[in-house]
Amino acid sequence: MMKEIEELFRNINLAKEVMELSGENPYDCYQCGTCSASCPFIEEMDLKPDEVIRYVILNRKEVLKSKTIWICASCFECAERCPRDINITKLMEALRQIILRKNVDHTEIEKIGEEEKRTIPQIAFVSLFRKNVG
Amino acid sequence: MKKLLYFPGCTLKTYAKNLEATAIAIAREFGYDLVEMDDWNCCGVVASLTEDDLMHHLAPLRNLIRVQDAGEKEVLVICDMCYNTLKQTNLRVKKNKEDLEKLNSFMDEENDYRCEVEVVHFLEFLKNKVGFEKIKKAVKKALKGIRIMPYYGCMLLRPREVSVDDPEDPFILSELLKILGAEVVEVPYRIECCGSYHTIDMKEVVSRRSYVISMQGIRRGADAIALSCPLCHFNLDRRGKDAEKIYENYRQIPVFYYTQLMAISLGLDIDLCGFEKHAVDPRKLLEERGII
Repeated sequence: MMKEIEELFRNINLAKEVMELSGENPYDCYQCGTCSASCPFIEEMDLKPDEVIRYVILNRKEVLKSKTIWICASCFECAERCPRDINITKLMEALRQIILRKNVDHTEIEKIGEEEKRTIPQIAFVSLFRKNVG
Repeated sequence: MKKLLYFPGCTLKTYAKNLEATAIAIAREFGYDLVEMDDWNCCGVVASLTEDDLMHHLAPLRNLIRVQDAGEKEVLVICDMCYNTLKQTNLRVKKNKEDLEKLNSFMDEENDYRCEVEVVHFLEFLKNKVGFEKIKKAVKKALKGIRIMPYYGCMLLRPREVSVDDPEDPFILSELLKILGAEVVEVPYRIECCGSYHTIDMKEVVSRRSYVISMQGIRRGADAIALSCPLCHFNLDRRGKDAEKIYENYRQIPVFYYTQLMAISLGLDIDLCGFEKHAVDPRKLLEERGII
């Protein structure tokens, strides 16, 4: 998967793509870590949100195969608290979109079980598909 | 009876029928007849967050146009996710005329949106239209002897522009619970994410979220949690119950919609609450404390 992703996005400039998609400027970040301190999912992540921003600036494509961008559930806590007023939630969405727009889905819909379909509220399904499926 | 238009959304018709039923009954108690809007479609559920993605603003915008077509200036929303999405789209087109023009010209069958509709959450309606003073006077059965932890989650509070209260230090649920006679247990994690849609393919992650959030209340003596969003409800109630298998000696406390607690204290029919559908049945607690 890593090879595939790296191959697929070899020619893109991450910072430029992210800026275009999100309207946010990753270069505004001064690495204070408030986003990472605020993130309720930090323990589930492999890269901290402030590291994600750094990876974007450095054009390190590994960020596209990080767990972090998919664990982010767009709760907007980082965006609310960023002292540089960067909407990191939108930045994460841009990274997911870069992948999804190449028709690489993160969730396999057909693997969702019958019990889940019967019991979980629909809003969860629509959100999941909107976030993880292109 | 004053008529008010409301947007239900999918989950109020399935998982959260009890949230809808109690909200309608509460409104009626104060002289408002909630009328379901005609021909509504999916709210979009999550707001489109990329600059170029206007397509996903269509679903929420179509709903707003139908409110406009009904001759109304306001639409009441009970589900937090619907509220957030409808309101974010409304703000985007109000602020950005170019986006509005594009969306209007894309839709053939709909009238142009004129940006005259306001999206109002049921909690805002209770506070600003009904008034908490009036609710206080209508309480028949005070929720005495029960300690409740208010939980807001994300969609009521963020992004800041759509918040029903101070996004970092919200008070509206506490205020309401106190009026109903309950003791309020405030915790820092009341504004943190419940795990949202990860409840489908990362159940354990969500169970851990439920545990961490509920434990903050339990450690401070909370008997129950009160919240507004149907997905938060599922995650704290069902995935919280699942967390009992992960954490030894952990017992999930009951999770209420604030509307259920209101219905009980206003003396409305308890069957509207649908407590039998909860993973953790709250009736035991209510009986123990002599409330039902």
